[in-house]
Amino acid sequence: MRIRQIQEVLEAELIVGEGTLDKDVHSACGSDMMSDVLAYVKDQAVLLTGLVNAQVIRTAQMMDMICIVFVRSKQPTEDMIELAAEAGITLMSTEKRMYEACGLLYTAGLGNGVIA
Amino acid sequence: MSEETLCFHFDVDGDDFTSAGQASVQVKKLLRELGVSPEVIRRVSIAMYEGEINMVIHAGGGKADVLVDETSIVIILTDEGPGIPNIKQAMQEGYSTAPDNVRSLGFGAGMGLPNMKRYTDHMEIESAPGKGTTIKMTVEL
Ligand SMILES: Nc1ncnc2c1ncn2[C@@H]1O[C@H](COP(=O)(O)OP(=O)(O)O)[C@@H](O)[C@H]1O
Ligand SMILES: [Mg+2]
Repeated sequence: MRIRQIQEVLEAELIVGEGTLDKDVHSACGSDMMSDVLAYVKDQAVLLTGLVNAQVIRTAQMMDMICIVFVRSKQPTEDMIELAAEAGITLMSTEKRMYEACGLLYTAGLGNGVIA
Repeated sequence: MSEETLCFHFDVDGDDFTSAGQASVQVKKLLRELGVSPEVIRRVSIAMYEGEINMVIHAGGGKADVLVDETSIVIILTDEGPGIPNIKQAMQEGYSTAPDNVRSLGFGAGMGLPNMKRYTDHMEIESAPGKGTTIKMTVEL
């Protein structure tokens, strides 16, 4: 699935990072605990989270993830947007809750890497 | 071999959770420039990142040294924090003394040390109450 489709399925607002929209991704991961995200390296390219702080960006960066979706309309701070831009990570925000957002993506065909 | 060892040093600020992880980001960039494989870079940077976060949340900061030669990458994390009284217990998945405010920041799940062990080939912890903690992790190339 392309990042662009993730945005469409979740009716998400793009905050930064148009550059990755046409990249193809195969799995995602949803969690508010960054250590859990760091525990399961499986080439997940997308992180869904309700957590908003700089460590969310760094965690994604460590994991070589290319897109972070904030659920429940959470908005990243300016500092986070800057970090993400430097790291080449796309940020978006959706009104959906975590459970629904993961379910929608899974149903739309974004496969098995979904945890927590 | 030793004369070809590259050494990088970082100070890890203990007062600022927001900046925690900056050293790991820099190491990631350096290793990329050195042409290390993405898989190895990911293991090194995750292990170092968890260690950096630990120094910030448990030990009031510390320092990190990264040594790279042809055969391995060694990460040495040193702090003068409270030390770890029972290392075996601290190594268990889910064991954490982190306060709730740390958990609300996304850490403190007790997965840091187990993650560090999982992603590296060797890990040694030297720690005692009142003496601080030194963690040496090695990833073979
Ligand atoms: N550098 C350190 N200094 C003092 N205590 C530490 C340090 N690193 C880890 N610990 C202790 O080991 C426990 C487990 O660490 P870890 O597995 O990273 O889990 P977490 O950081 O989520 O609590 C910590 O809760 C803490 O009690
Ligand atoms: Mg930890």
